[in-house]
Amino acid sequence: MPMPQQIYFFATCLVDLMYPRAGLAGMQLIRRAGVEVIYPDNQTCCGQPAFNSGYRDEALAVARAQLGCFARDIPVVVPSGSCAGMIKKHWPELFAGQADESEAVAVAERTFELTEFLVDVLRLELEDLGQPTKIAIHTSCSARREMGVADRIESLVAQLANVEVLTQDRKAECCGFGGTFAVKQGDVSGAMVKDKTDALRATDAAKVISQDCGCLMNIGGAFEKQGDGLGTQHIAEFLWERTNA
Amino acid sequence: MSEAHTQTREFHERIDAALHNDQLRQNFRSALTGIMARRAEQFPDDVQLQALREQARMVRANALVKQPQLLEQLEAKLTENGIQVHWAENPEQANQIIYDILHAADAKTVVKGKSMVSEETELNHYLEKRGLTVIESDLGEYIIQLAKEPPSHIVAPAIHKNRREVAGLFKTFHPEIPYTEDIDTLTQSTREILRTRFAHADAGISGVNFAVAETGTLCLVENEGNGRLSTTAPRVHIAITGIEKVVEKLSDVPPLLEILTKSATGQPITTYFNMISRPRQPGELDGPEAVHLVLLDNGRSRIRVDHELLDTLRCIRCGACINHCPVYVQLGGHAYGTVYPGPIGLALEPQRIGIDKVGTLTSACTMCGACGEVCPVKIPLPKLINRLRAEAVNGERSAAPISGRGSLRKSGEAGAWKVWQWLYRHPGLYRLFKLAATRLRFLTPPSLGAWTRYRSAPRPAARSLHELARREGFRHE
Repeated sequence: MPMPQQIYFFATCLVDLMYPRAGLAGMQLIRRAGVEVIYPDNQTCCGQPAFNSGYRDEALAVARAQLGCFARDIPVVVPSGSCAGMIKKHWPELFAGQADESEAVAVAERTFELTEFLVDVLRLELEDLGQPTKIAIHTSCSARREMGVADRIESLVAQLANVEVLTQDRKAECCGFGGTFAVKQGDVSGAMVKDKTDALRATDAAKVISQDCGCLMNIGGAFEKQGDGLGTQHIAEFLWERTNA
Repeated sequence: MSEAHTQTREFHERIDAALHNDQLRQNFRSALTGIMARRAEQFPDDVQLQALREQARMVRANALVKQPQLLEQLEAKLTENGIQVHWAENPEQANQIIYDILHAADAKTVVKGKSMVSEETELNHYLEKRGLTVIESDLGEYIIQLAKEPPSHIVAPAIHKNRREVAGLFKTFHPEIPYTEDIDTLTQSTREILRTRFAHADAGISGVNFAVAETGTLCLVENEGNGRLSTTAPRVHIAITGIEKVVEKLSDVPPLLEILTKSATGQPITTYFNMISRPRQPGELDGPEAVHLVLLDNGRSRIRVDHELLDTLRCIRCGACINHCPVYVQLGGHAYGTVYPGPIGLALEPQRIGIDKVGTLTSACTMCGACGEVCPVKIPLPKLINRLRAEAVNGERSAAPISGRGSLRKSGEAGAWKVWQWLYRHPGLYRLFKLAATRLRFLTPPSLGAWTRYRSAPRPAARSLHELARREGFRHE
C-alpha cells in the first residue's frame, strides 16, 4: 500500500478513557512520519464487548454508529489487536445481510492494527534515544492469532539499540483477560493472570510491553495488586518515549 | 431454582474445586506442556502444516455434505463384507442394541477399547447394571475405571493422574503386585493383567476413528495393541461410533490419519492402525466370528442442519484444542462436567445436550483462538462458541435446532447491555459520560467484584484521548 496522506485514528473505548497516553503516542508516531491523523469526534466503541457476550443486536447498533466516522476511503488505524480484529474479522459477519453491509466491509478492509500500520505501511524507522533497559513483550491473542501481526511489535522493538527483549515462558498463552470473561469467570481469569505475571516476573525484565490495553489492564492490575510487579506500557507510548527528542 | 441457574452454580462449584486442587493443576500443566511441545515438533514447516490442514478440512467437509448417501453406501458395503449394521438415534437405543447382541451371543465378559461415543451413552454402566463384566483395556481407561472416574481428556483419559496416584490405585486394587511408581513396571503389570482378560472375554467393544464408505472399512487408531486384541481375540466384536465418522474414500484416510496422530499425541503415526473389514473367514486363524457396527446419531443430524454449526462435526477427536486451551490447563476435564471437555466440548455439548442444560460452558473461553489455530480440520471453534453465546441469550436470532435457545438470558444482564448500547450509540451522551468519569475519577470504586480479587481497580485517566488529541492540535471531524 502506498503511503497515505491521511488516516483515521480509532482510539477504542478503553484507550480513550483509561489509556489516552497510549493513543496519543500512536497518533504522534504517525504524525511524525508525515501523515495527517484525523480523530473523528463521534467515535465510541467497536462493539466487541457485547459481541463476545452474545448480545449481537446491541453490538451491531454500536458498530453501526461508528460507520459515519470513518466514511472516507483512508486507512483506519486502531491501537489494539482485539478492536482491530473485531472490525476487520467480525464486522463483516455482524453486518451480513444488513443494508449497510458494504459500508461496514469497506471500513473493515482498510482497518489496521497500529503496529501493523507502523511497519507495513509507514515502514517506520526508529532511533533509540533511551537508556539501556530490559523488557518483555506480551502479544495479545487477537494481534497474534486473529490479526496475525505478532511479529510487528517485535520488529519495532528490535530497532531500538538499547532495549533488550527477554522472553517469558509460555509467551503465546492468553493472559486471562478475555473481556467479560474476566468477570464471568473471575477465578479462572485470576488463575491465568497469576501464571502470566509469574512467568513475566521470572524474566528479570523491568517492563512489559503490549499492543493491547486490555491485556495491560489485566497484567498491570495484577502486578499492582501483588505489590511487586513490573511496569506495563503500551507499545506506542514506549516507542514515542524512546524516540522523541 | 431454574435449570439455567443451577447449571451455572454447579459449573462454578466444579471450577472452584479444580482451582483449589494444586496437585491436579500441576499434573495438567506438566502433561499438556509436554504434549504441546511434541505436537509442535511434528510440524516444523508451517506451509506444509497449513496445506495438510486444508486437505483434512476438505475431506471432512466433503464427507459431511455427502453424509446421507455415504452412510447408505457404508451400510451396503459393510453388509456385503459381513459386518452387521445397526442404527441408534439416542444413547438408550445404542445401549439396548449392544446389550441385545451380547445377550444373544451369551456373552458375560466384555473387553473394551477406548471409545468416547460409549461415554456418551454411558455404556459400561448400562451393561454392568445388567450383570455383565466390562473391562476397559486402554491403560488410561483402565486406571480411571479402577478410580471410578470419567475420562478427563478425550485422548488421554487419565491425564489428571500422576504416577504416584496411579501407583496408589494399583496398590488398592492389585495388592498382589509389588508397589512401584515406575511407569514402565506399572504398564507391564497392566499388560499381564489384561492379557488373561483378552483371552477369556466373550466379546470386544471398540470405537471407530474413520468409517470408509467406499470399501466398508472401520479404521481404529491406537497405541497399545489393546484395540487390536479387543477387536480380534473375542468371538464377537461390536464397534460403536457417531454417524459423522463416515468418510468417502479409502484415499481420504492417509491425510486424516497423519494429521490426527501428529495433532493428538505428537506421533508421526501410532503404534497400531487397524483396518477392520470383515469377520473371520473360513480357514483364517483368528478374528471374531461376528462383527457389528452401531451408528449413533445422538443430536448429530440436528447439528448438521445449520450451515455454521455443521463445522462442529468435522472434529476427528484429536484433542489438540483441549491441549492448547489456557482455560482447560487451569481446570482439567472434570470441571466441565460433560463427556467432551475443553473448546470442542464448549462447541459440541450445548448443541448435543442443550443450552438449558450445559450452555454455561461457553463462558469458559477467553476467545484467545489457540484452539482454532491448532485444529487439524480448521473448525472455527471461537466463532462457534461465540455463536452459541448469542443463541444462549437471544433465542430469536436464528432458527438453529438447539434446545434451550435463549434460556441463559438474564434480565439484569440484558438490561445492562441495553444501557451500554444506548450510551455508546449516542456520541453526545458518551462524551458526558466520559466527562463525568474523568472528572470524578476519584470516585472510582476500589472494589469491583471478581476483578479486584486479583487486580487493582482500573481508574479513568484525568483527560480522555478525545481531549488530549484536541489539545495537541490533531484534526477533528
